[in-house]
Amino acid sequence: MKFLNNLTFGQYVPADSPVHSLDPRCKILAVPVVLTGIFMAGHVAAFAAWAGLLAALAWYSRLPFRLVLNSAKPVLILVAFTALIHIFFTDGTPILKLGFVTITREGVAAAAQMGLRLLLLVLFASFLTLTTKPMELSDGLERLFSPLVRFGFPAHELAMMMTIALRFIPTLLTETDRIMKAQLARGASFDRGSLWKRLKAFIPVLIPLFVIVFQRAEELATAMEARCYRGGEGRTRMRPLRWSGRDTAALAATVAVVVALAAGERSLLP
Amino acid sequence: MSITVEALCHTYHPGTPLETRALDDVSLQCGRGEWLSIVGHTGSGKSTLAQHLNGILFPDSGTVSVDGMQVVEKSPNMRDIRRAVGLVFQYPEQQLFAEDVMEELSFAPTNWGVQSDRIAPLASAALSMVGLDDSYLARSPLNLSGGEKRKIAIASVLAGEPSYLVLDEPTAGLDSWSRRELTDLLARLKKEGTGIILVTHDLDIALNLSDSILMLDRGRSAAFGAPSEIMRYLVANSVPGLRLPDIAALSAAIGRSDPAAPLTWDRAELKRWIKARETGGRRP
Amino acid sequence: MKTDARTVCELRDVTYVYPSGASGRAALSGVSLEVREGEWLALLGSNGSGKSTLARHLNALLIPTQGDCIVYGMSTRDPANVFAVRSAVSMVFQNPENQIVGTVVDEDAAFGPENQGLPPAEIESRVERALEAAGLLAKRAKPTYTLSGGEKQRLAVAGALAMDAPCLVLDEPTAMLDPRGRADLLAIMRALHDGGKTIVHITHRLEEILWCDRAVVLAGGRIEWEGGVEPLLRQDGALRKWGLDAPPLVALWRELGEETGLALPRIPTLEGMIDALCPLQ
Repeated sequence: MKFLNNLTFGQYVPADSPVHSLDPRCKILAVPVVLTGIFMAGHVAAFAAWAGLLAALAWYSRLPFRLVLNSAKPVLILVAFTALIHIFFTDGTPILKLGFVTITREGVAAAAQMGLRLLLLVLFASFLTLTTKPMELSDGLERLFSPLVRFGFPAHELAMMMTIALRFIPTLLTETDRIMKAQLARGASFDRGSLWKRLKAFIPVLIPLFVIVFQRAEELATAMEARCYRGGEGRTRMRPLRWSGRDTAALAATVAVVVALAAGERSLLP
Repeated sequence: MSITVEALCHTYHPGTPLETRALDDVSLQCGRGEWLSIVGHTGSGKSTLAQHLNGILFPDSGTVSVDGMQVVEKSPNMRDIRRAVGLVFQYPEQQLFAEDVMEELSFAPTNWGVQSDRIAPLASAALSMVGLDDSYLARSPLNLSGGEKRKIAIASVLAGEPSYLVLDEPTAGLDSWSRRELTDLLARLKKEGTGIILVTHDLDIALNLSDSILMLDRGRSAAFGAPSEIMRYLVANSVPGLRLPDIAALSAAIGRSDPAAPLTWDRAELKRWIKARETGGRRP
Repeated sequence: MKTDARTVCELRDVTYVYPSGASGRAALSGVSLEVREGEWLALLGSNGSGKSTLARHLNALLIPTQGDCIVYGMSTRDPANVFAVRSAVSMVFQNPENQIVGTVVDEDAAFGPENQGLPPAEIESRVERALEAAGLLAKRAKPTYTLSGGEKQRLAVAGALAMDAPCLVLDEPTAMLDPRGRADLLAIMRALHDGGKTIVHITHRLEEILWCDRAVVLAGGRIEWEGGVEPLLRQDGALRKWGLDAPPLVALWRELGEETGLALPRIPTLEGMIDALCPLQ
């Protein structure tokens, strides 16, 4: 039915787990804490510990581990690229000479370290979107940024934009699919000729898509206005975010784990 | 010379949890100068079937052929197949992209490799078929009214001189006047030898204008035949999401209490019969 | 003031010209109309007759170029009234796809009452009632993109109902639906009307107005006709002039009424016609 149905967007996976039910703000705040921890890790043992934590978190979130790993797929190229750069451009003890490039022992170590680090960063960060509804996520961001509103920061507007963008992604995929098929039926071909020709073939897809997006945006704006929307002011929520003791505990535990791992690595390992 | 579909099956997302069988063992035939309507509820597979007719989708099993050419992936005849079968999608006005109507109408013929000096006459012929004149050629398609946009979109397919025209719900969102104009155009094209395949949930149009009707129910062919056979089928069986047009339902209801009543979707015929019954009844 | 409590909205000699309209032609000219409490008013006209423009005045989405639009005694011209006007008259638009804000069904239904600033418990109970009335309660936790077109339009109705406005304006709500979706939506509209809602129903399909209390026909931005449904359906020539086509059953009903002495129903519903035309067993 769809040419574009293979695209997935690290999307929310519903499940009844303690992680899912945490306040989104707790999860948003935990992400930088965890990322700092991973950045500080250097030793193999530390990485192993983090990998173990990842598996534990997946189990605790009731998510299949494979599904969590899949979310890193789009960035694998970036991971490989980072690793290669480190292999080729780190000075140290040579272990292999290939023509004019020299691979060093330090290079291999740095490549493994950077690759693993990046992979863990992405995997942990993806838990945020895997376990949090888009609407909750934008609510959480709005509330976290709300202190900045007095300095003119558009917290509500950004959160609303995010919500609408997420809401429109499936619609736009369907539209793109339909327009591509329609132009195909009128003799367009997207897979023949030079690169320039192929790019040009997308003009009859992109222009109608822009027209549709703007028209939809305008109609949606009218519909929102008709439903009494006038920005964030005076707006309440059906499910207001509630920070509970569990959230404090979860965040504190995250900080404790990060500190413990970092301290352990410094003091126990050479 | 015809479009022939035999035992077509199509499954979406095979091998995933989303796997759905969209079409299961569907067959049809439509020759040039014939009108076939494909009816069914939303999700019955009508649109999927339409997209098989010119190689936008391909069958998992079964065959589709157009004037003897097999519609298979990477067919060397793909260009001829797509040229022979014009496909008008739902809300076709949303595919318009060109700066002026002339460019929009040249898109298909240019893609089919028609010589450039032949394109202008094709464009104005297509325009006059949909009831617009050459003054539209220089206008931007995006600044036209909704009804005009749809006409331009249909003309842009006609400009490719298809032997068959497949339309997916072309009357959706049109008012009754524009709907009439469109069905008149299709009837005229049919008379001039184009094969018409209309995907619709408007049984009134299907019964009144088609030579044959294919009725789909959850991806399977529920019935295929002349309008009168389809009407008889619908009186005897209920098909989800499809309802007899009012006149047909009324005639069927009268028929249940008076077997002499005609089974018809034609208002004039039913009226004649009712009036005859009245005068007959009043006679002593 | 003599505005009696039974008037919901009133247009007084309204003329509207779109600011971007190159032609400068008025989309509405000199339109006066009253919507009465509890009635189901059908607003008919072909494409471009001005019916959508009129509808948007009732909700203060458009402000008259000349004349006034009064909703429950409040002029829509005063920006201070806009919020109250929109809380009193809610709208459903033609394209179900373009009026859904939320990614989950009940979150979308909550959007209006959230904007009205209601307490969470009140929003929750309103959303529940609205989804129930629109037949969507079972789908409340589903992502909105998994709904069918008809379901999306019913969600739009639920979103409007959750705002608890006494008047509902529906602008060609069935235009993009299949017959099933259309029938479901009309059934919901009938139930709402029976429950006391004031309904303004914009359409160009005569088969949808059979249950209306009153019909108004617009053509070229002017009101051409106003009255009961039955006399409207008998106006064959005029209907065609206004770009409104009588559906076959209506045409049969009218012709039989003119040409025979048969006792026919007052309004040509299918059930009524079957009862009238099937001989007694």
